[in-house]
Amino acid sequence: MSKPKFAMYWSGSCGGCEIAVINIHEKILDVDANFEVAFWPVAVDAKVKDVEALADGDILLTLWNGSIRNEENEHMAHLLRRKSKLLVAFGSCATEGCVPGLANLSPLSEIIDTAYTTLTTDNPNNIRPQHVTKVPEGEISIPVLKDRVYTLAQVVDVDYFMPGCPPESHQIAAVIDLVIQVLQGKAELPPKGAVIGAGSSTVCEDCPRKRNVKSIKAFHRIQEIAPLDPELCILEQGIPCNGPATRSGCNARCPRVGAQCIGCYGPAEGVVDYGARLLTAFASVIDANEPEEIERILDGIPDPAGQFYRFNLADSLFRAGAPAFKN
Amino acid sequence: MSEHFEPVIIGFTCNWCSYRAADLAGTARLKYAPNVRLVRLMCSGRLDPTFVMKALSDGADGVLITGCHPGECHYVEQNYKTLRRYLLLRRLLQGMGIAPERVKLVWASAAEGAKLANEINSFVEEVRALGPLGWPQKLAGNVKEVEVAA
Ligand code: SF4
Ligand code: SF4
Ligand code: SF4
Repeated sequence: MSKPKFAMYWSGSCGGCEIAVINIHEKILDVDANFEVAFWPVAVDAKVKDVEALADGDILLTLWNGSIRNEENEHMAHLLRRKSKLLVAFGSCATEGCVPGLANLSPLSEIIDTAYTTLTTDNPNNIRPQHVTKVPEGEISIPVLKDRVYTLAQVVDVDYFMPGCPPESHQIAAVIDLVIQVLQGKAELPPKGAVIGAGSSTVCEDCPRKRNVKSIKAFHRIQEIAPLDPELCILEQGIPCNGPATRSGCNARCPRVGAQCIGCYGPAEGVVDYGARLLTAFASVIDANEPEEIERILDGIPDPAGQFYRFNLADSLFRAGAPAFKN
Repeated sequence: MSEHFEPVIIGFTCNWCSYRAADLAGTARLKYAPNVRLVRLMCSGRLDPTFVMKALSDGADGVLITGCHPGECHYVEQNYKTLRRYLLLRRLLQGMGIAPERVKLVWASAAEGAKLANEINSFVEEVRALGPLGWPQKLAGNVKEVEVAA
């Protein structure tokens, strides 16, 4: 009997999600035992034309890692959507745009200029990438950037969402186990659109740190506070911690080791806009009622857009900052 | 930018003070600009910043938030929370390149119908001067000229 097909693809991303899959150690053998790897550029040598040759819906499970940054990403998203029964937005880049999505704070022209003219770039002739270039052998082309960074679900229909930057290995292993059990008729798939491989509450819920007063007089950067109280909530120590708005699933990995949560698991269940939720949480711990004093305390958050949308900008209500529309 | 630009403004008002003030302005036949669509909340403290972002990203040009004067909140001190959220929200909007002046917080007691009417009128003019925000058009890729807050 032929095994069901598995695919994994990457688009606008860092590659960390691929590493996270490899990091499930011997569980990866279960993938091999239960699936035929039809397409996975980082691991096997299959070509896009091999995918094109498959019947629609022939791939059972595709893990898509990455944001939609250019037209090739978009084309591949449509292709793999067509060929896959289950398409999973895998990791923060695919589910919410992640750090690549912060490009949505700048005009495209500025992004290109920064990449090709900053001091560290050796580009004496001020060359810019062209969509089509003529060479003696003919014409070659590279994909055109889209106007801004999109999430996978903004471009194609997505079956499941798996948050995390990257998703925790034990969560990946659990999801793979689940799919194998479904194949063996021992379990059922969650409802379409579900968030998988994560919890349904907040990082704070899993965090062992003590919360009590919830009132702060100043925000600090973590390196300014030494030593950090090992038991007290990091936010209560004046360090912006994104735990209150962030989905559980990592077992509060960062606050457990003395670092603030920066929000890589994305919005908690029921949160419409991640930044709005976090803003509310921060505003309620500030211990001041006079506008001048509140402003002084807020000076301690020098980059609110980065603080509130480090991972979620492309999926926020605004999707982008105003400069992104100025090209 | 059209000379006849009529800004769309969503106003979130507190049931105990400013919603009554708006009512008072109405019964006293004070004229205030029709650009503001009022949404009544039980308290300005109920104002989730999500509401403001939803309004602006769905096509509003400005958002007015009104509540009881500091120290006079029906629910003791919820309006201080509103104040903190508002000040932080303005900074976030600035960071997103959206003029923070598109959102305004006004304190108005139930007796201050005239004050509220004045505030509404001047806010409408401030937003008119800023021009349309047009976020849905921006997202749809139909706008090239945009204001970017300094
Ligand atoms: S979600 Fe994080 S780890 Fe995964 S590709 Fe994006 S940036 Fe890398
Ligand atoms: S704010 Fe951060 S440190 Fe505090 S309980 Fe939540 S996750 Fe833990
Ligand atoms: S604590 Fe926050 S930043 Fe750290 S892994 Fe968990 S969700 Fe990500």
